[in-house]
Amino acid sequence: MSRDEPLVLGIETSCDETGIGIVRGRTLLSNTIASSMDEHARYGGVVPEVAARAHLEALQPAIEAAVADAGIRLEDLDAVAVTSGPGLAGALMVGVGAAKALAVSLDKPLYAVNHLVGHIAADLLTGEEVEYPTVALLVSGGHTSLLLVRDLVSDVEMLGETMDDAAGEAFDKIARILGLPYPGGPEIDRVAATGNPEAIRFPRGLSRASDMATRRYDFSFSGLKTAVARWVEQHEADGVDIADVAASFREAVVDVLVTKALDACARHDVPRLLLGGGVIANRRLRDVALERAAAAGVAVRIPPLSLCTDNGAMIAALASELIRGGRPASTLDFGADSTLPVTEIQVAVSA
Amino acid sequence: MILSIDTSLGTAVAVVEADGVVRAEVSSDNPLGHAEVIGTLVQTALAEAAHGAIGATAAASPVDVTHVATGMGPGPFTGLRVGIAAGRAFALGRALPVIPVPSHDAAALAILLADPFAEMPRFGVVTDARRREFAYSIYEGLDDDGLPIRVAGPALIPRDQIDAVLAEHGAARRDVTAIPATMIGLVAARALAAGRDLAGAEPLYLRAPDVTLPSAPKRVGT
Ligand SMILES: [Zn+2]
Repeated sequence: MSRDEPLVLGIETSCDETGIGIVRGRTLLSNTIASSMDEHARYGGVVPEVAARAHLEALQPAIEAAVADAGIRLEDLDAVAVTSGPGLAGALMVGVGAAKALAVSLDKPLYAVNHLVGHIAADLLTGEEVEYPTVALLVSGGHTSLLLVRDLVSDVEMLGETMDDAAGEAFDKIARILGLPYPGGPEIDRVAATGNPEAIRFPRGLSRASDMATRRYDFSFSGLKTAVARWVEQHEADGVDIADVAASFREAVVDVLVTKALDACARHDVPRLLLGGGVIANRRLRDVALERAAAAGVAVRIPPLSLCTDNGAMIAALASELIRGGRPASTLDFGADSTLPVTEIQVAVSA
Repeated sequence: MILSIDTSLGTAVAVVEADGVVRAEVSSDNPLGHAEVIGTLVQTALAEAAHGAIGATAAASPVDVTHVATGMGPGPFTGLRVGIAAGRAFALGRALPVIPVPSHDAAALAILLADPFAEMPRFGVVTDARRREFAYSIYEGLDDDGLPIRVAGPALIPRDQIDAVLAEHGAARRDVTAIPATMIGLVAARALAAGRDLAGAEPLYLRAPDVTLPSAPKRVGT
């Protein structure tokens, strides 16, 4: 770690995690996360207003904790970074307001960056050599996106994304149908452990030949959700084996994610696949991805889970790369952009 | 000097001295776009406090911010939070204390100071709370610390009931569409001098988060 590398604090508030990260260059110094997940549990999903209130409460203590954890002083920072989007607008605004004021207070440059590209930047903090181009599959409660990354700071292409629910949301909704608590991912995983993934053949969204012609890399989980709900309804009378339903549902999700991701690798002649997002915690997804990628000759990278879920370190890491690449800071003239396209890696770049 | 921020209606930023002398005041009346403008407004306020308003030729005088005052609402939540988050982060950056101020107190002080010699009857500060509701607080004069005496509120009321409520309190209606950040600063200065806390750390939301509870989980299984 060189003292010449930029020392950056990143603020991430796009969903239900208040993430404050501090990096020096590509070295992780702190990854502090305050989650409001427990507050959403009784609602069965992330409630935007609850998340935004929690961000405001958590922000200051999280910054203080991160600074202490990293063993730095705020005035030592070379830059402040923040997620401008995509995400929940009201939640993003808390981070944007705080980041701007912190940058002005410290008289440091501010980098406003893209959350999805941040997920890719998280991989830089693993300390391993990262190679581009790579295909990236980002799966969480907020997004399901397939990206082609030719260059982290200048060339990221959206190949496809979900047309309805994010994969994580699908897990939450199916968990509810099965009477399991929130968040659904770990619950489905737990129950599916004893189930037969081939017991029920649930539909793979947007995988028919006609879909593959027009929506090859897009995802849809609403049909799957309906199919599971209907199956449960029809079999309720004679008793439903939740384990089989959970395992078969999970298999349908995993299958479609991995199939499309590896198809993207093959079609773009990119033998590398990066996985990111909180749903990567799902062991079955990782196992199937690793197994099928190996068969296809594709190398898979999976950062540690603490860097896969939403966090501020990935935002700081992306800004650090922008700085290392000589990019100018952002102006103070930007807002929260809930639908920020992935091609906008940095927003409000100064002239 | 106190850096004051309020985003309960528009976005307002000021720098005031402890005795109330205004060094800078900038604002945007836009009821949206708080996150877009907050950084520039804080930066501009600090620059104006040092150099005078744009175009002024006075030599720069140092700006020594000692406190940050934040308007705590009531106001539409999404915008309200931006100013509070910004105030806290600015304070954190320079290790300064934050003084939370009920936004209506600042509006009331502005009304009471507009004509200090007038005998001001009891009045109600009324602001937009969206969703066909108003937020209101009732005030009557200044106390010995020079702070507005709040006798009721802040509270929410359906718009068509505001006049009846004000009549009950015997209060004149004062609709307010902008909170002056200078008055946030002055209220904070007076509270500080008197050693009083006027608000807690929690914004004056006055409304529980809007949630639609999912229907009861369907129970299946053997
Ligand atoms: Zn994410």
